[in-house]
Amino acid sequence: MPDDEIIKVNYSGAVNAALRRVLAEVPQTLLYGEDVAKPGGVHGVTKGLWKEFGERVFDTPISESAILGSAVGAAMMGRRPIVEIMWADFFLVALDQMINQAANVRYVSGGRLTAPLVVRTQQGNSPGACAQHSQNLEALFLHVPGLRVAMPSTPQDAYDTMVSAVYCDDPVVVFDNRTLYFGEKQEIVTGRPPAPVGGSLRRRSGSAATVVTWGAITHRVLTAADRLAERGVRVTVIELPWLNPFDGDAVIDSVSRTDGRLAVVHEANVTAGFGAEVVARVAEAGVLRGRPVRIGVPDSRIPASPELAAALIPDVDRITMEVGRLAGE
Amino acid sequence: MREDLLADLRAMWRIRAFEEKAQALCDSGEIRGSVHLCIGQEAGPVGACDALEGSDALFATYRGHGWAIARGAPLRPLMAELLGRATGVNGGRGGSAYLSAPEHGFHGENSIVGAGAPIAVGAALAGRYDGTHRVAMTVFGDGAMNQGSVHEAMNFAAAARLPVLFLCENNRWSELTPIRETVHNETLTDRPAALGMPAVRIDGNNPAVVRETVSDLVEAAREGGGPAFVELSTQRLVGHYVGDPQLYRTREELAADREREPIAVAVRRLAEAGVDEGEIEEARSSAFAEVERAVQDALADPPASRGSVREHIYA
Repeated sequence: MPDDEIIKVNYSGAVNAALRRVLAEVPQTLLYGEDVAKPGGVHGVTKGLWKEFGERVFDTPISESAILGSAVGAAMMGRRPIVEIMWADFFLVALDQMINQAANVRYVSGGRLTAPLVVRTQQGNSPGACAQHSQNLEALFLHVPGLRVAMPSTPQDAYDTMVSAVYCDDPVVVFDNRTLYFGEKQEIVTGRPPAPVGGSLRRRSGSAATVVTWGAITHRVLTAADRLAERGVRVTVIELPWLNPFDGDAVIDSVSRTDGRLAVVHEANVTAGFGAEVVARVAEAGVLRGRPVRIGVPDSRIPASPELAAALIPDVDRITMEVGRLAGE
Repeated sequence: MREDLLADLRAMWRIRAFEEKAQALCDSGEIRGSVHLCIGQEAGPVGACDALEGSDALFATYRGHGWAIARGAPLRPLMAELLGRATGVNGGRGGSAYLSAPEHGFHGENSIVGAGAPIAVGAALAGRYDGTHRVAMTVFGDGAMNQGSVHEAMNFAAAARLPVLFLCENNRWSELTPIRETVHNETLTDRPAALGMPAVRIDGNNPAVVRETVSDLVEAAREGGGPAFVELSTQRLVGHYVGDPQLYRTREELAADREREPIAVAVRRLAEAGVDEGEIEEARSSAFAEVERAVQDALADPPASRGSVREHIYA
């Protein structure tokens, strides 16, 4: 793989390119799940990989326990399985295999067995998606020691996190947001060596406040930050493509440089969301001044109607208003 | 026959002695927490593990001490693990219910009913790609037959023709409830058979029968025949867990179970074959002495250090 090769892809194309790369470069990888091989995935993310890599890419029964459990077993025996859970909501029928099994293998065996598997899934709300296809479940997995969790928002980050996830020696869950799949094509760099998991991205710089975010809603946060900047209110936006490991130091450092002002924006429910953890960490560090702001879904089930759903998911106007108020507008 | 039966008896007594000692250490407070013993079920591990090769992978349940021992894991680090010692097979992190000894092809117990079955499917899947063509064996109880994970695993293995042996130890108790009350059809072999694999019910109290049956099915699986299912008809002479008062069980049932349990049967058969009583007693006492040495050594080992408690969570 040549260094720093540049390709132009949208988000799903970036995931596809990352999977193609790791299948080619890591012989231990297997890619499987429901409808991922011949059909190429319900969102087309894995299309063409079956033709290229043959039996290492295959379709399974609709059996999430068997998919995740077999990934645990295959990983314990030296493979690097990458499995797809079609919708994050479907994780819930087989959480045992992630939380009791995958996350425990290394610990209970004193490190003599490991489960370096990657679970790809997608979540979030898209117009008309029903209640059981719209939840944002990252906090469930962030509560579990032993798992790594990524939630990228751009084609480049989708590519980078997937490559890093496959090289990671721990079980990793990568949450895509399906509203990102068919975005604009962008140039991404594909040849770089895999980075260790973790870290954060400073997307905007400014001293008025720190806004921490992740996943698809990052794009709304950036638009809000740009609107505020036009009005002379410059905020720092820190995006967390990795939620575990959590780059708390970068967040704490930024909040201390923005006069102790912190907002957290996510698409998940507010109560016990990861935003609560971010606020708590910053508060514990003693750098918080004034009231932190948590912006998320107001603890509701998600309706099917696009009109109703839009009332719940924080939009650019709401983010602009609440962050502006925090910044003293 | 005589020598084989005596060897099986020795192997079963090693497990029995380990389990009785574990019970005593629970009673004296040296072992803390929930412990599930396999007293009465020793013939299964002794017979079935002989069918496996070193590179094969075995996944057991929380009633898995006997399987770890039969797979060749040494007694001292197993007992040290139960005792929470630093020298335990898993440094005190696994405990009784989560023993593993991968260097002996024992890829762990599982304290979630039925969870090992899909994991075993993955181990077999890995063998298809790494060229070892390893057979994976997963052992579970009759209660686990009603877990979705087991059904999913059996279907996946059958669909992909993976070399997985699903071994069901039917001791008739799904934890504290008789299997007959939790299924409509007590013929458990019907379910795997319907999924497309050979499925047999055998005498799980005779190590030679277990060995022969399992060996044939393991070899067929290894040669590409896909998964198979074996139901071992056996019994638990003790409660579901140490301390279980067994209010659900009658004395008469227990007395009948004591008559047919594998060690009693083997001793009777050896006596009928004219084996000297002294020789049988020597086999018993040497197994108990070996376990006693392992226990004394493990008790002298240092406890796992508190400073290490957060190691091995991430790479």
